[in-house]
Amino acid sequence: MDVLQLIVSGLANGCVYGLIAMGFVLIYKATEAVNFAQGDFMMLGAFICLGLTNPEFMGLPFWISVPIAIAIMGAFGYALDLVVLRRMFGQSQVAIVILTIALGFVLRFVAGLIWGHQPISLQSPMAGRDIRLGGLVLGLDEVVVILVTVILTVVLYFYFNRTKLGVAMQASSQNQLAAYYMGIPVKRIHSLIWALAGMVAAVAGILFASKGSIDPSIGLLGIKAFAAAVIGGFGSLPGALLGGVIVGLIEPFASRYIAAGYSQIMPYLLLFLILVFRPHGILAQIHQKKV
Amino acid sequence: MRTVFKTSYDADINLFRHRVQAGWYVLLLVVALALPFLLGTFAIGEMTNLLIWAIACMGLMVLVGQTGQASLGHAAFLAVGCYANALLQLNLGLPFIIAFPLAGLIAGVAGALIAMPMTKLHGIYLAIGTLAISILTDDFIVLAEPLTNGVNGLMPPSIEIFGVSFDRYGMPGRLYYLVLAVALAVIYLYRNMQRTPLGRSFAAVRDSEVSAQAMGVNVARTKATAFGISAGITGLAGALMGHFAGIFNNETFNIIISIQLLLAIVIGGLGSIHGAFFGAAVVALLPQGISITRDFLGQFVGGGSIAIPGLESAVFGLILILFILFEPMGIYGRWLKIRTYFELFPFYRRDMFRRQKSYLKTERMR
Repeated sequence: MDVLQLIVSGLANGCVYGLIAMGFVLIYKATEAVNFAQGDFMMLGAFICLGLTNPEFMGLPFWISVPIAIAIMGAFGYALDLVVLRRMFGQSQVAIVILTIALGFVLRFVAGLIWGHQPISLQSPMAGRDIRLGGLVLGLDEVVVILVTVILTVVLYFYFNRTKLGVAMQASSQNQLAAYYMGIPVKRIHSLIWALAGMVAAVAGILFASKGSIDPSIGLLGIKAFAAAVIGGFGSLPGALLGGVIVGLIEPFASRYIAAGYSQIMPYLLLFLILVFRPHGILAQIHQKKV
Repeated sequence: MRTVFKTSYDADINLFRHRVQAGWYVLLLVVALALPFLLGTFAIGEMTNLLIWAIACMGLMVLVGQTGQASLGHAAFLAVGCYANALLQLNLGLPFIIAFPLAGLIAGVAGALIAMPMTKLHGIYLAIGTLAISILTDDFIVLAEPLTNGVNGLMPPSIEIFGVSFDRYGMPGRLYYLVLAVALAVIYLYRNMQRTPLGRSFAAVRDSEVSAQAMGVNVARTKATAFGISAGITGLAGALMGHFAGIFNNETFNIIISIQLLLAIVIGGLGSIHGAFFGAAVVALLPQGISITRDFLGQFVGGGSIAIPGLESAVFGLILILFILFEPMGIYGRWLKIRTYFELFPFYRRDMFRRQKSYLKTERMR
């Protein structure tokens, strides 16, 4: 039973990593850029929802503030691309990485300024409730996190592979110029994908906040989520979830069966090994071009 | 504008383009040498800090600016250099004059070894790989507590060379001269490296790996060499940083420092020694600049100096965003533009430094 509990809590953690990783992958899939501020997007989404819900701020009902928070983060992503990232069009990948790292610094500062640096917990209806399955006691929050993540992954997967807009997004990443010639509005597609990534980040943030307290530095979780994305295979949505779950599971087991200090190290050790032996991740997205 | 008539093939690889340029640098050196007599103890400490950061920035510049490999993990090599230097002195009792170069060597070897499996990675994968190394180093220092004293940290002994003390607090002027000497040695090495076949192959790998390979450059070995040299120089800076800080632990070299290093050389301007120095100046002097500005503003508002956590990194981030958006070539690039404007006056055109845009194609299709 102990092991099962560890697995469920690891899965729930892993799903949050997976959701942040999915934000990375979404932007990478459509624009070939890497958004290092994705973790800070998540932090911002969590804080917006908290600011709307908690009685000491706005005091709205939880189920009203969740869609508002997601909408605000979507608009934020869209505006960010419109105002800042569109100027970077045609510049190198590393320049965008550096830009988003700097953006993360600024977002963390702004969140700290508004909501303070003390950990606050979100007043969600899921907190503190349990589900009993036989002898197993599961937190309702953990079950919800896992369910929402799986649903979101399936929806996004089909969105990318089946809908017109999703295919257009893939096309605009594979060759910007050719996609433009085919009549795809590449710039608007970029803004839309940033909006989508913002929304996914908001969901991740709300789920994370419902599991425990948050403070502005949780944005640094993005680094771990990025490791998860690379482990799973950068550019693959199921890969992001898989990587997230692997990282989420490896942490509690390492700290339980090896030593407490190792839970920090294991994800990065795994990342390093993956990079050396299978550089493009478990579900690699590299296709050989047929001539 | 000065036109240089090249009368021999050496003119292309000379250290200075012409005598007047050499004269300016000599003047700069004289000013640098005279600083301890002009500035107070505190200001000299800040200048020493700036020079140490500049050495670290030059180390990273070899990798990012010369060879075009992004690294988000150079704090790891700062840590390796710093710990190696301190442990060689504390545990083996070696004098500073031997421990210091050895520390650089150890960091360099560590860098080359780490680079070997990573040379086939590029772009973003390399960045995340080095990021992982930086985080692993941080945790490893905590785990290897018997050797590194874990989170309690180490205190390197005061520097003494042949009986002459270079103590951080007792002799700030002497420490400044020591750091200046190291910085000059690194600059000389860097400049000479740029002129050698090795430096040329670095540039070739940076500009196009495919063409470099076609010209007979061994890309993997060149990258590993660049990593080694870069890590070695960074390790020297780390050793000095340890002596300057007086006490250090794993937190001294965390991931934020790695990122700051990279950001510094981008702000300064990639691919030049000047850029490393400008970037180091921004990083090293920004905290003091902010606190002075805050006190100054506090006088008028009346609130006194209120501590706002995270302000430093936010201002730093904002500066960086503005630079990437409006001046991707950094402070040195802007300086070059201003200088060219006056040299060519009135013939300067706006698009003179414009680079061609490249439209992205995926890396996932090959």
